[in-house]
Amino acid sequence: MLTILFDGIAYGMLLFVLACGLSVTLGLMNLINLAHGAFAMAGGYVTVILVNRMGVPFFGALPIAFLAAAAIGVLLERTLYVHVYRKSHLDQVLFTIGLVFMAVAAVDYVMGSSQQFVKIPPALQGQFNAFGVGVGKYRLLIIVVCGLLTLALQIVLMKTRFGSRLRAAVDDQRVARGLGINVNLVFAATFAMGSGLAGLGGALGAEILGLDPIFPLKYMIYFLIVVAVGGTSSITGPFLASILLGIGDVAGKYYAPKLGAFVIYTIMIVVLIWRPQGLFSRPAAR
Amino acid sequence: MFIRMAALALALAAGIASAQDTVKIGFILPMTGQQQSTGKQIAAAVRLFQQQNGDTVAGKKVEVIIKDDGAVPDNSKRLAQELIVNDKVAFLAGFGVTPAALAVAPLATEAKIPLVVTAAGTSIITERSPYAVRTSFTLAQSSVIIADWAAKNGIKKVVTMVSDYAPGVDAENSFKDQFIKNGGQVVESIRFPLANPDFAPFLQRAADAKPDAIFVFVPSGQGAAFVKQYIERGLDKAGIKLIGPGDVTDDDLVNGMGDAVIGTVTAHFYSAAHPSPMNKAWVEAFKKANNGMRPNFMAVSGYDGMQLIYDALKKTGGKTDGDSLIAAMKGMKWESPRGPMSIDPDTRDVVQNIYIRKVEKVGGELYNVEFATFEAVKDPVKAAKK
Repeated sequence: MLTILFDGIAYGMLLFVLACGLSVTLGLMNLINLAHGAFAMAGGYVTVILVNRMGVPFFGALPIAFLAAAAIGVLLERTLYVHVYRKSHLDQVLFTIGLVFMAVAAVDYVMGSSQQFVKIPPALQGQFNAFGVGVGKYRLLIIVVCGLLTLALQIVLMKTRFGSRLRAAVDDQRVARGLGINVNLVFAATFAMGSGLAGLGGALGAEILGLDPIFPLKYMIYFLIVVAVGGTSSITGPFLASILLGIGDVAGKYYAPKLGAFVIYTIMIVVLIWRPQGLFSRPAAR
Repeated sequence: MFIRMAALALALAAGIASAQDTVKIGFILPMTGQQQSTGKQIAAAVRLFQQQNGDTVAGKKVEVIIKDDGAVPDNSKRLAQELIVNDKVAFLAGFGVTPAALAVAPLATEAKIPLVVTAAGTSIITERSPYAVRTSFTLAQSSVIIADWAAKNGIKKVVTMVSDYAPGVDAENSFKDQFIKNGGQVVESIRFPLANPDFAPFLQRAADAKPDAIFVFVPSGQGAAFVKQYIERGLDKAGIKLIGPGDVTDDDLVNGMGDAVIGTVTAHFYSAAHPSPMNKAWVEAFKKANNGMRPNFMAVSGYDGMQLIYDALKKTGGKTDGDSLIAAMKGMKWESPRGPMSIDPDTRDVVQNIYIRKVEKVGGELYNVEFATFEAVKDPVKAAKK
């Protein structure tokens, strides 16, 4: 019972790290980026190449996955995304879904379409028993890393100067520019951050979610559910939504294996009927 | 107008002329997607067969066309139509998953073209078309055998875990029936989704039922992910054995699974470690032609598919109509790298030895080592219907 809870929390945490970048770009920058999962996939494949082929230690590969995904994020933001910020949401959707298909085909061509596994160090494999609860070591690592990231993210957004600049730039771009805030830079940095987090999530998640070229399509729905259920105005919302979905998904598969795959959709439907704005959301400001 | 008609007539005549000299075989295989490894193995085996046996038989040139359906039945059907209508193939072959084979079966019946199934393992496939023959296996063949073995070897309580699609259901049912008949107990039957499964919660549920063994079927290629979770959950240490049809310890993957799989007992029709001289030479040749890749049961099925096609063409003297070919294939016997095999004249399904194997380390690599043989096993599902 507690093992299921533990697994669920680990899964939820992982979903959060993967999806929080999406909630930031969607909520704060008002950009619908369906290609978010592609950045996660990039992080995953970078880790696979580094660890399995070049022998980089697993923990060394994680920051590189973050940086690589962030770098790809900045590059695409400056060259491509910058043109669609002011376009309608439909244009954004079409544009980013196109990117997803290109990413899927490119990875398929370069890496092949079979599932990839990251070789994780033996110290992280297996389970140990704590007070009668079977604790998977790797899942514990995920909870710790993701928990720390969440805290850091909350502090950056709420307490630092960068955070207030970002919120100002989002609320009213013109005034923010007038006050001397370099809005383009702030947006680029935010986008990079979101992509980087996705990359890190992809690297951590390769072990549990499986990594193959259709990853961005497979998990797009999960990301969108997290954002839809959690709302986009803060990061606490998506965080709690991720945990809820993670536990719901794992417990559903455990207790009702026949219906397991549908549990998260049921949760989403119920939440959205009850609170169409998402669980934790201020009323629409724009 | 007249000129165009004449040109058309000429083109048609040319087409017929070339069709008489060449026999085309259309392989529909998943070369991309989750079942990619199946396609790769079969395609490699088909190439090897033509290297070893040449590309002419009974005075005809044999041309193999490989199409990628990504294991999506809609694609399989469309590709089969193209192969029949445009390429005028004399054989359809391949089919990585059961739904792909089922989608194409009616077309084979309509076009009267032999459908040589070299992968998919659900019993009903050969009943769906009088032109379907199989050189791979049926899940029931190995599931029934392993049920007998388990009951005789002190396994009393079993949880079954299978992918939720036709072959998985076949495996579950045949194992369950036979195991219960032998006095065993199946405490729980879990089915998980075929696509993208996260095995963790299902395995936890199985572990909590505290069985002596878990009977598992996953399609070729997914075994590694399953075993990884089985080990991470500590089920190997809890003394829960892993048994099943040999798909889970696929030769393609078993060596990468780690030492924790040592001792896993499965029943299957082929292991790369099969100790016949013919197999040794074959594995050697296969590895040499494919960069060291180890052939698995899909490869041997593809190879025997080609063997069957060549032998049938020899027997008909190059006649390529479906009815003569199928008549020639019925009852055909030959020696394969897997051991002796034949095509059942009544059901057009494969009859072959099923081996009980245990994962062991041989020369530093993990192999399925055979230690018991059940000879000339027919598909038990069809046998039960009589």
